[in-house]
Amino acid sequence: MLEFVNFYLIPGLVLGAIYALSAIGLSLIYGVMRFAHFAHGDLMALGAYVALAASTGLDISVWASIPFAAAATVPAALVADALFYARLRRSLPAVLLISSFGVALMLRALIYLFFGPTPVTFPRPIVPPLVFEGIRIQSRHVWIILGAALCALILHLILSRTRAGRAMRAMADDPDLARITGVATNAVIRLTWIIAAVLVAVAGVFLGLDTQLQPVMGFNVLLASFAAAILGGIGRPWGAAFGGVILGLAEECSTYPLLDGAPLLQPTYKSAVAFVVLIATLLLRPQGLFRGMI
Amino acid sequence: MEQALLYAATLGTLAGIYAVLTLGLNLQWGLTGLMNFGGLGFVAVGAYTAALLTAAPSPTHVGGFGVPWWLAWPAAAAAAALLALPIGAIALRLRADYLAIATIGIAEIVRLVARNEDWLTGGPLGVTAIPRPFESLGTPMGQVAFLVLVATVLVLLFAAAQATAKSPFGRALRAVRDDEEAAKAAGKNPARLRLHAFLLGAAFMGLGGAMMTAFFKFIGPDALEPVTVTFLVWVMLIAGGSGNNWGAVAGAFAVWAVWAATDWLAAQLPGEAATRAAYVRLFLIGLALQVILLARPEGLIGERIGSPQR
Repeated sequence: MLEFVNFYLIPGLVLGAIYALSAIGLSLIYGVMRFAHFAHGDLMALGAYVALAASTGLDISVWASIPFAAAATVPAALVADALFYARLRRSLPAVLLISSFGVALMLRALIYLFFGPTPVTFPRPIVPPLVFEGIRIQSRHVWIILGAALCALILHLILSRTRAGRAMRAMADDPDLARITGVATNAVIRLTWIIAAVLVAVAGVFLGLDTQLQPVMGFNVLLASFAAAILGGIGRPWGAAFGGVILGLAEECSTYPLLDGAPLLQPTYKSAVAFVVLIATLLLRPQGLFRGMI
Repeated sequence: MEQALLYAATLGTLAGIYAVLTLGLNLQWGLTGLMNFGGLGFVAVGAYTAALLTAAPSPTHVGGFGVPWWLAWPAAAAAAALLALPIGAIALRLRADYLAIATIGIAEIVRLVARNEDWLTGGPLGVTAIPRPFESLGTPMGQVAFLVLVATVLVLLFAAAQATAKSPFGRALRAVRDDEEAAKAAGKNPARLRLHAFLLGAAFMGLGGAMMTAFFKFIGPDALEPVTVTFLVWVMLIAGGSGNNWGAVAGAFAVWAVWAATDWLAAQLPGEAATRAAYVRLFLIGLALQVILLARPEGLIGERIGSPQR
């Protein structure tokens, strides 16, 4: 039992927290702008690498470098929107999707160019894990889970308590109705990008802390993030967060040796779990658990 | 002279293979509006099928069976279509972007299987010594003869794609793409039409993969990468003009010419700079896609009938 908590449950929650932060942004972007943002993964990698540069360059802790990561991803998202997405807003969603695929490649090329293809790790001191009654947890994992929870709380306050947040939800529910009732569409779109880019920067730093940094790190979790967003009901930020946690847990627990020591799924196939969840959702409940847009 | 001929044959062969892949994507996206971002998966399945069928027996993977290419290539196309069948049946009934996401997953699964199932695919070592048709003619005549074979396949597939586009089936596909409700009202079954187009396009990609392995004489999990298979083909189709088979082929040739020329230019640079130049090229190809989408969304040769999209 303790083994399950230490090696499956806690890593699953950590991974789930990272997926959740990424999936919330995808879901918000889909809700407000109605397209699948394929550059989200590479935006995540950009955040992680800028945090690395800041923490090594300024000799500050990785946690303190998160604002620098966001200071890179937010302008990147806003510039991509202003230069490309905004001009394609009247085209089919498919065209926006292809355009975001192009942006993904451009971001990845920049990361390769400035940081090289070799995987690197954040400088992190070796800290003994915290132990409670046999449950061992790395302190960075505690901070990742708490940090993601804090982000979710702040997002909740923005979406439920502020005028801008309500406008955002209104646009996700019915863009035409929102427009004729005087919602400033462009301001809401900008706010959506800012929120999504901040969250994905945090997710990138957390993913880098949990594993390592490499230029395709974000693209590698893009499928899982989409699966989480669709599982939760696309356009529903809470659903996406919930879907992210479920997916993280499912991925880590998929290798649990439930039957006589043999793992349920070979660890090398872990990343296939996202695909299975995605297909199962599309088959059984395409609107997602929390009834998103179909 | 012989060197130049060999180089030209290589470039021509790859251009022809890319044109086949682009025609396949045109059937899916151009004609029917299906977003397939997992081209790599279908190309890889075709590639491995052809490789395992044609290679000589080896203990490191299943087979090979030493089957002649003219039997193995259609089998490769069929295998890719078979892969497309379940995913298409599930994802095509839903919104277009879900197919895009699901196909990325397909590519990932194919890559995982290719890497991990050593008994089947040879794992990281891949399948080697794959015979290439007309090898026995020696260098460079063997390469030239292979180029002629690829060109012949391209012409045949082009004719098939043209016939498809002009047939009532092709018109129905366009109808489903442009106005699904109207197509339904006219008695068409959009889900089935989409599935057929998806399978047909996947078969083209599988055949392209088969020709690629025959050309390189090798296939491994890292031999095909998303940028040069999936993404480049998208740029080719968008640049050439989606919805138009002439556009697809023209785009494939034009983008391949630019890609190969920049590759050659980058190789002239010293060591480190050459690596960096490859990244700059990646950036520029992404930027080029944006410029085309914004400035000339219909591509070099746009679709001829009506207005392609609203």
